[in-house]
Amino acid sequence: MSRRALYQFGYRRTRDQDSAEPARHRVAVVGAGPVGLALAVDLAQRGVEVVLLDDADRIGEGSRGLCYAKRTLEILDRLGVAQACLDKGVVWKLGKVFQGEDLIYAFDLLPEPGHCMPAFVNLQQYYLEHALVERVSALPGIDLRWRNRVTGLDNRPDGVVLEVETPDGPYALRADWVVAADGARSTLRDLAGLDFVGEVFEDRFLIADVTMEIDFPPERRFWFDPPFHAGRSALLHKQPDGMWRVDLQLGPQADPEAEKRPERVIPRIEAMIGHDRFSVDWVSVYSFQCRRIARFVHGRLIFAGDAAHQVSPFGARGANSGIQDAENLAWKLARVLEGTSPASLIDSYDRERSAAADENIGHSTRSTDFIAPRSAQEVRFRDAALALARSTEFGRRMVNSGRLSLPSVYDSPLSTPDAPDDDWQGGCPPGASLPDAPVRGPDGGATWLLRLVGGEETLITFGDPGFDPPDGVRVLRVGPDVVDREGLVATRLGARPGAAILVRPDQHVAARWMRPARDAVARASRRLRGHGEVA
Amino acid sequence: MTPPGLDTACRLADPDAAYRLLVEAHRGLSDEDSARLNTRLVLILANQVGDPGVLREALALARQAGSAPSVHPSR
Ligand SMILES: Cc1cc2nc3c(=O)[nH]c(=O)nc-3n(C[C@H](O)[C@H](O)[C@H](O)COP(=O)(O)OP(=O)(O)OC[C@H]3O[C@@H](n4cnc5c(N)ncnc54)[C@H](O)[C@@H]3O)c2cc1C
Repeated sequence: MSRRALYQFGYRRTRDQDSAEPARHRVAVVGAGPVGLALAVDLAQRGVEVVLLDDADRIGEGSRGLCYAKRTLEILDRLGVAQACLDKGVVWKLGKVFQGEDLIYAFDLLPEPGHCMPAFVNLQQYYLEHALVERVSALPGIDLRWRNRVTGLDNRPDGVVLEVETPDGPYALRADWVVAADGARSTLRDLAGLDFVGEVFEDRFLIADVTMEIDFPPERRFWFDPPFHAGRSALLHKQPDGMWRVDLQLGPQADPEAEKRPERVIPRIEAMIGHDRFSVDWVSVYSFQCRRIARFVHGRLIFAGDAAHQVSPFGARGANSGIQDAENLAWKLARVLEGTSPASLIDSYDRERSAAADENIGHSTRSTDFIAPRSAQEVRFRDAALALARSTEFGRRMVNSGRLSLPSVYDSPLSTPDAPDDDWQGGCPPGASLPDAPVRGPDGGATWLLRLVGGEETLITFGDPGFDPPDGVRVLRVGPDVVDREGLVATRLGARPGAAILVRPDQHVAARWMRPARDAVARASRRLRGHGEVA
Repeated sequence: MTPPGLDTACRLADPDAAYRLLVEAHRGLSDEDSARLNTRLVLILANQVGDPGVLREALALARQAGSAPSVHPSR
């Protein structure tokens, strides 16, 4: 029941393999999963050359990541691959939770119009990876090396030397910065001797990709104790190509090898969908962990994605948060390499993304507690919440079948706090990611705020600010340059005429003012670039 | 005004009647059904409390009271 590789790539020998001394590069990224690929694309778009090493030469075995959240899609849009994902993917926003046969409640993830990207798109991870690989090949500056397995590491104060194993034998290369995006079983983490600790959940889950004809809407359906799988939980998600993701809780005693056999898997799925007209494309049995390394930055060696943190899949946070790691790191690394920011800017990556990892681990741990209670009393609490959910709002809010991924609001040294006499009513505080809104750009064409902002540090002003922007800060004037088509830019930013919002290159807000002055903007800009301004 | 935090002064006009309500609700139930009823009640009351700080104090009190040497009823 293992699926064929969908995309096969070739190994190519490089000049580095003939070099007597380790060839020197600025950045090497280890691991061409979603995180390493996204990071390489982001760096290349910022003009940084990257060597990207991966031990495999194919994608498509097992679909793994499935739901990509709105913020991830916004990032992918900036990286030039969102459209491919949307074209191929299944857009959904309705989730339904059942207990037994009864619908307990339904939720709509994006009831609000006026966003370019949908709440979620479902897409087999191999399609996302493929879209990113295509983008990598279309961009100058990325040297993607398949069947290059990193086996050794020397982390020096001024750079990192990697030992790499290839079909032609080993070679070494040296990079000023190395990013380990080599997944949950990270070799680099082991080589660096870092502990990867946290909580292990004993429950096992069967995860299968099933192709079938079924007349069923594109919704996320979650069951507690369904008639077809008594006493446990089940999840059904639609994927492209007539494929469905089935996720069945098996309990802690399940034997992973036995449970993967067709004679076990097929009856379970038959019971769920009520007929036998389906084929199983991929199946796996998992237990989950929620854990992270203590620090993501070790001198010139930086960890990102699953190599740095791992969560259970409830809430779809793995790839989503890893891609956010990549966007947080790319602009900082680009600035440090360019020499326009101090190396200490990278420490803010550690601080911002490890807090985000804690948030994700917290959510995913709580969801897993709810879905897989570990004692008789935990079962009673769970059942009590489900029982109360039928008649009360607070009960529904307690039911936790996975809290879906939202971007973190960074509590960051790069942010400039609001001035005390600016009384913002809501809006988008420093540290939060900029909300999208429909606009008309300087060329008069209908577009989206996030597309206009792109990956550049931007001062969004409401009206003309009356001063020239500080160096390297691009200005978008709502009114003179940008038409706020539905008034949603102002509403979502909580901005009145005269206000200004300073946005970082990763589209998170760095500072905002009701009455901006040039020197305050310049200070906030230096601060977001890591020039350690203390207010 | 009630002070912030857990109020351990008696807030019930008639504590005996409240106690009686709880006892009556459980009379005749199996231990399991009692435990389930209590669990639902805990969630309802936690929501009524609303403040997580108060809930945390209540949990601490419950834990601590349970570890004190038990008082034997006089016959
Ligand atoms: C069943 C399941 C469902 C999931 N569902 C979701 C979901 O809905 N949404 C979501 O966001 N996430 C989901 N995830 C999580 C998601 O799959 C991961 O978080 C994501 O793949 C992490 O990406 P990554 O790039 O960090 O690591 P990986 O995807 O693991 O990529 C690591 C890469 O590094 C390479 N590599 C490893 N070691 C070396 C080495 N020594 N040298 C060179 N290369 C190396 C590997 O070949 C691989 O290509 C799910 C995971 C599972 C298992």
